[in-house]
Amino acid sequence: MTWTWLIGAVLFLVLAPIAGGLIAGIDRRITARMQGRVGPPLLQPFYDVGKLFEKESVVVTTAQNFYVLAYLIFIALSGALFFAGGDLLLIIFAFTLAHVFLVLGAYAAHSPYSHIGAERELIQLMAYEPMIILAAVGLYMVTNSFYVAEIAVSTIPAILYLPGVFLGFVTILTIKLRKSPFDISTSHHAHQEIVKGITTEFSGSTLAQVEIAHWYENIFLLGFVYLFFAWNPVIGIVAVAVTYLAEIFIDNATARVRWQAALKSGWLAAVLGIVNLAILAYILAYMMTGGA
Amino acid sequence: MAFLKRSPWILHYDGSSCNGCDIEVLACLTPLYDVERFGMINTGNPKHADVLLITGGINTQNREVVKNIYEQMPEPKVVIAVGVCAATGGIFRECYNIVGGIDKVIPVDVYVPGCAARPEQIIDGVVTALSILEEKRAKMAGAAQTKEEARHEEQAGEST
Repeated sequence: MTWTWLIGAVLFLVLAPIAGGLIAGIDRRITARMQGRVGPPLLQPFYDVGKLFEKESVVVTTAQNFYVLAYLIFIALSGALFFAGGDLLLIIFAFTLAHVFLVLGAYAAHSPYSHIGAERELIQLMAYEPMIILAAVGLYMVTNSFYVAEIAVSTIPAILYLPGVFLGFVTILTIKLRKSPFDISTSHHAHQEIVKGITTEFSGSTLAQVEIAHWYENIFLLGFVYLFFAWNPVIGIVAVAVTYLAEIFIDNATARVRWQAALKSGWLAAVLGIVNLAILAYILAYMMTGGA
Repeated sequence: MAFLKRSPWILHYDGSSCNGCDIEVLACLTPLYDVERFGMINTGNPKHADVLLITGGINTQNREVVKNIYEQMPEPKVVIAVGVCAATGGIFRECYNIVGGIDKVIPVDVYVPGCAARPEQIIDGVVTALSILEEKRAKMAGAAQTKEEARHEEQAGEST
């Protein structure tokens, strides 16, 4: 019992980059098919990262390398805590801290593009942070635990109690996966109005670290989606796949919005979550008093 | 390892092109030609790019810009001049503001002929550039190794 948590964490640290890279490859192929193209090889994300490690290292401010490494470490840490069955609140705080490091890394270089990207990343943080905490609170109200290990083995179908919270979480998932219409700080696609946003000044192995951190992050977020369906593993895995496919579809069907709209959408999602939690609290109180 | 050949990220710059070659460059990204099949991505950021693809000639205003973009790209890198204007200045070469082809400012590795260059030719040019890119990478890795060995020998010399 005492060792099982360690196995989850180690498996995550070793397997998440592989799974994350493969999902990114599948993502790019499905995206290409949706646009009527053939698309790159399945292993393309690995070729890209391998290539980045082969490139010359050009760094203007060495501090940025430190911040990006801290970003990678804290993303991996929050994911490892998650798969070790740790406390959701601690995981969310580590997750937020990781992104603060990324923002600091972008601010370290004196480039207007990376500064605008950093500001937009902060706006994104503001947009999704309320909702991600509400998701943790919702799961606590249903399962009476903040621990992932206990939520994951709970037999209560959380999604039936938390449909609003889930919809809100899927909305901010678009922000987190850096997909349209909320890919305002940086995007997977070629040109955009701020060059490459927050990653403009990162190149070579530093950029590769950002990419690997993104793979870790995606696996962690898909794990979070799974928690809503954890009472039935088969439904859970199907739901995760369907959610990700829906995100790819939305990415291809929408254009990038302004940051104001992204912020409003994030907070609208949070309002949806709060309404859901308020109704849930009322029902739970009613059930506890035995309907009297 | 040949990751570089499998993932060339391209930076496209329009010198003083009439836009004909630019349309053809962008045509390479469309479903018909789909260069992403070869892992090619149009980046728009010199710091992420491996291949600099320039259309049109150099004029007095953009020579500093082209030099700046080239210098911002991390090694190994290759330059492709697309179309006759990028190669020699083309029909604009007699104009008062035109300096000439891209090679007046930065070293060019591959010249793609045509007015306008066809997408097939552009893709062929990029594929040719990839083998040059791989050569440069091998040379770069070799140089780093020689330097490392020299440093080891120096240290060994000091210790004796």
